[in-house]
Amino acid sequence: MNGLRLSLRRILVILTKELTQLRRDRTTFGMVVMIPLIQLTLFGYAINTNVRDIPVALVDQSNTALSQVLAQTVEATQVVRFTARYAEVSAAQEAIRAGRVRAALIIPSDVSQRVARSASVSPRMESPPATDGQTSRPVAQWLVDGSDTMIAAAIKGLRTMPLGELLRQPVNRMTPTFEVALFFNPESRTAINIVPGLVAVILTMTMVMFTSAAIVRESERGNMEMLINTPVRPLELMLGKIIPYIGIGLVQTAIILLLGHLIFAVPLDGSLGALAVTTLAFIGASLALGLVLSTIATSQLQAMQMTVFILLPSILLSGFMFPYEGMPVPAQYIAEVLPATHFMRTIRAVVLRGAGLHEVAFDTLWLVGFMLVGLVVASLRFKKRLD
Amino acid sequence: MTEPVIEVRGLTRTFGDLTAVAALDLTVEPRTIYGFLGPNGSGKTTTVRMLTGLLTPSAGQVRVLGHELPRDAERLKRSIGYMTQKFSLYDDLTVVENLRFVSAVYGLGRRAARQRIEVLLATYALGPLRDRRAGQMSGGQRQRLALAAATVHEPPLLFLDEPTSAVDPQNRRDFWERLFDLVDAGATILVSTHYMDEAERCHRLAILKDGRKCADGAPAALMAAMGAHVVEVEGSDLRALKPQLTALPEVVSAAQLGSRLRVLVHERIPDPVAWLRAQRLNPMPTRLESVHPSLEDVFVTSTGDARA
Repeated sequence: MNGLRLSLRRILVILTKELTQLRRDRTTFGMVVMIPLIQLTLFGYAINTNVRDIPVALVDQSNTALSQVLAQTVEATQVVRFTARYAEVSAAQEAIRAGRVRAALIIPSDVSQRVARSASVSPRMESPPATDGQTSRPVAQWLVDGSDTMIAAAIKGLRTMPLGELLRQPVNRMTPTFEVALFFNPESRTAINIVPGLVAVILTMTMVMFTSAAIVRESERGNMEMLINTPVRPLELMLGKIIPYIGIGLVQTAIILLLGHLIFAVPLDGSLGALAVTTLAFIGASLALGLVLSTIATSQLQAMQMTVFILLPSILLSGFMFPYEGMPVPAQYIAEVLPATHFMRTIRAVVLRGAGLHEVAFDTLWLVGFMLVGLVVASLRFKKRLD
Repeated sequence: MTEPVIEVRGLTRTFGDLTAVAALDLTVEPRTIYGFLGPNGSGKTTTVRMLTGLLTPSAGQVRVLGHELPRDAERLKRSIGYMTQKFSLYDDLTVVENLRFVSAVYGLGRRAARQRIEVLLATYALGPLRDRRAGQMSGGQRQRLALAAATVHEPPLLFLDEPTSAVDPQNRRDFWERLFDLVDAGATILVSTHYMDEAERCHRLAILKDGRKCADGAPAALMAAMGAHVVEVEGSDLRALKPQLTALPEVVSAAQLGSRLRVLVHERIPDPVAWLRAQRLNPMPTRLESVHPSLEDVFVTSTGDARA
């Protein structure tokens, strides 16, 4: 028991020392608060998967009142904005290649006839006869820079735009095959999904970054030779190093979720208990991962490079940017190894869908397991010898 | 009756092709200051690291305070203090914070630590600096803090690796006073250095070169048993005289000290002054005088290192 008390004292003194050093390192201390603040406001506003105001060109070969109304109707959808007008199709293609516009709308000279025959405006015909080539001709054509699939999809969405208003005729509404009820985010606001995900990304960044430098810094500054000459045990050193950052991680989570609630009206539906448990599990896993990196790296620069190596897949593969389910299976395996993937699921479940702890038990336990394995690996890798 | 504090037989350490320490034998008796004297790269730090259990020897037996190394390295750590060559406490912590950290790591209770720190602050004249950050202190102050930290847990054995390399002579003197106090209180100290004056203060000394021990013994005994005579030579053109002297096979070395040349002549010459006069030197020295050997002479003779 006496041994345990000594161990606890040593852990306590190491964490006190870490906190004192952190408090005196103004830059790092500032980053603890500034990283979540800046990134939340930045990404909360900037990341938007509802594409709007795409700059496009207009090639109006008809130049009639109708074609002008058609262009206005297209612009009224707010999906695109006409930033350039060309007389020739080739000029529009040139503009697309140069990147001045993302797409071009070509309104042909016979647009009036096409509109008159178009099935989408004709009240007399319920559906155009398939054999009648003339009636099934589209009203106009889009040339799209398809390299960005998101933009391509947004413009494809304009294909079935109703044209009824054009001729002041009742719209030939198509009856939807399905009715869709959007749960949890009925207005389809991107910020709702982004803000909880940002917790995972920012915590991955700060937690792994802080601890990956933790052990290396002691070696670089020459403190390690003193430290390994004392009776301190590797696990005590590891625990003393990560405990202060658990508090920091919780502070960052609170900043992001509270600001997300205030600025972006992100709901906080789940129980605080479930949120705390799953967040703690993720913080622990990230810190342990950082410690393992810290025992591999030989300089703080290397530790930083390894952090970036972990951070990028944590952003791109974890489900933060793109749905996990849409990725190819090998990529899913890689994503499954990253703590951020598991936390992305649990925090979205708890915060957005009000899931309870039992519903996120698997991913939470996985994170706890990852932390324990990481701590053991880091302690085993850490040698109190110089050879 | 008393067992040696350190007993080493055939201690060897290689790094790849480089042999840093070769077949070293050492015996350090309790309550003495034992010195390692040698130039940079002579294996001093490597030896100290092996004796503290930081490095695993490639070969040889090491017994420190009754602990077999490297097996018992962890148990040994409680009973030794180690002052590293480079300052290894935390620059961004204050004097008291550093001492508090070290005392807790060594398992001192809160109250015991507080008392011990007060004693150390008084002993090493750190009281007025107690809230100064280590990074803002002078070389001498940092070195006193490092010694205080190494002795927080009152270890019976202390390793000091080039402790005074960044310290002025006055501070070095005071520092050695403290070391003798520690020995008086029962400690054994092993110190490595490349300063002759520092080595001369040790009870016993091992002269190291290229990882090999060239000589060991008490400094006075080493000087007495040196295999050469020392003659101081004065003359008009010492720069011209020196190469003529070193060309003689009986001359071990010749080094200029201001207006004199310090010449080491092999002991097989019974009367070195007369022998030197008999040599055909040009210009003839104006004065030749036999003098007592210094530790530097011992060092030069035993390492065969004629550093001019």
